[in-house]
Amino acid sequence: MSYVEIKGIAKAYARRTIIENINMTVEKGQFISIVGASGCGKSTFLRLLLAQEQPTEGTIEIDGAPMAQEPGRDQGIVFQRYSVFPHMRVVDNLVAPRAFGNSFFGRLSTRERAEERTKANATLARIGLDHVATQYPSSLSGGMLQRLAIAQALAGDPKILMLDEPFGALDPGTKIVMHDFLQDLRDETGMTVFMVTHDLEEAFKLGDRVWAFDKPVWDLDNPEANAATITYDFDARDGGIPYQTLKEETNVLVPH
Amino acid sequence: MRWINRQPQPALRALLVALPFALVAVAYMTASAARLAENPQDRILPAPSTLASTAWRLMTEEDRRSGEVVFWLDTLSSLGLLGAGVGIAALLGLAFGIAIGLIPYIRTTLSSFVAVISMIPPLSILPILFIMLGLGATAKIALIVIGIGPFLIRDMAQRVIDLPPEQFVKAQTLGASSTAIALRVVVPQLIPRLIGSVRLALGPAWLFLIAAEAIASEQGLGYRIFLVRRFLAMDIILVYVAWITLLAFLFDYALRQISRRAFPWDGDAL
Repeated sequence: MSYVEIKGIAKAYARRTIIENINMTVEKGQFISIVGASGCGKSTFLRLLLAQEQPTEGTIEIDGAPMAQEPGRDQGIVFQRYSVFPHMRVVDNLVAPRAFGNSFFGRLSTRERAEERTKANATLARIGLDHVATQYPSSLSGGMLQRLAIAQALAGDPKILMLDEPFGALDPGTKIVMHDFLQDLRDETGMTVFMVTHDLEEAFKLGDRVWAFDKPVWDLDNPEANAATITYDFDARDGGIPYQTLKEETNVLVPH
Repeated sequence: MRWINRQPQPALRALLVALPFALVAVAYMTASAARLAENPQDRILPAPSTLASTAWRLMTEEDRRSGEVVFWLDTLSSLGLLGAGVGIAALLGLAFGIAIGLIPYIRTTLSSFVAVISMIPPLSILPILFIMLGLGATAKIALIVIGIGPFLIRDMAQRVIDLPPEQFVKAQTLGASSTAIALRVVVPQLIPRLIGSVRLALGPAWLFLIAAEAIASEQGLGYRIFLVRRFLAMDIILVYVAWITLLAFLFDYALRQISRRAFPWDGDAL
């Protein structure tokens, strides 16, 4: 059963077509890694999936329903930076998914807030951030910030989770810890994930499928010309490439 | 070592901070002493002791007719006008700034308009304000609002636009309405920016207040300065100027402290 259905998507700005002819179906719970050189439309594709922009042609359906015209609760998103709210304490960043949509003003009653804070604290304990619950995000390390951002996106209970180079700014050790963290969360929630990354190893390690964005035809005189599309759809599950199921013995200290 | 890498030691640092103040004080005292030596009746540069006794007299001696200390009445009157003007301008700046920065329809409608309005020299329309609103407090408050309001609106709108677009996308995916985004994402991050901008606007606000008081008033710090100018009472003028400077400095300092305490997540302000 297909969960996300992408039919004949194309996106053009003014006269330039960025991506075209994208037809894909994604099963519920699949992890899609998206790779490709810069300027090949990965970010454009993600913005379409986010409903931040509308495709010039084609449609996207999530769970049988056509995509909304603006970002909404169907989508969860983690960016490389600026994903959490700097003016909220760590715990309140996790309460925000409950509060923002709760009322017109995006607020909870005092009683509800206390309840949600208790729940958020439990989540923080599970992801190893309970010791910084009352701090502001500016005092967190890059890995902690991204853990918080992922937990925050998941707390919104989205249908698909999108990760835009989530670990691009992290050091290799932290990256591997984050991979384990993400895999654990995925096993738990069965979330459908789209992750844009520049790290091929990461793409194959985490993804069930790896989509490569590329231009089928390159005009050497004018590299801006021609649209990109998905040129490969690798099966990256267990049989595909042998090492991706390995959870490496990292000997990296997990911050607690 | 290059000069950009050299840091003064703590003791030297204190000395350097005090140096320009000391230089000005010494220059004044020298010039004052020289003039007074030539003519003990000189009124242009009163001796520091005269200034001190004038200050004491102004702050303690009651007016013979009303029984009030004029100095404090002036201060209260001026601070009331300044507070009202700056307060209204800050609220307008926040409200319109957020609306313009956040809502494309309002931005399209108002941003050019505000840009043009902000180019009107406020003092040039002071006569209009006096004609329309009378010579009372309203016109003076209006002058301060018109003087710094457009600047605050434009600055706040720009600050909203400068917020990372990622935050707006994230808030939307968490189900926030436009109002929720304004109240939960934008306002909290804008208040420290507003305090910073108000600190910068306090200088112009004082300027407009004193200008308005100088032209038409019955009390106030600016009124008094321009009144005693007729009698060449430099000692009174200097005391009032020092007092205004001290008040302005204290407001600036207080706002910075408030910003630091209340918004610890925000980076240090200047």
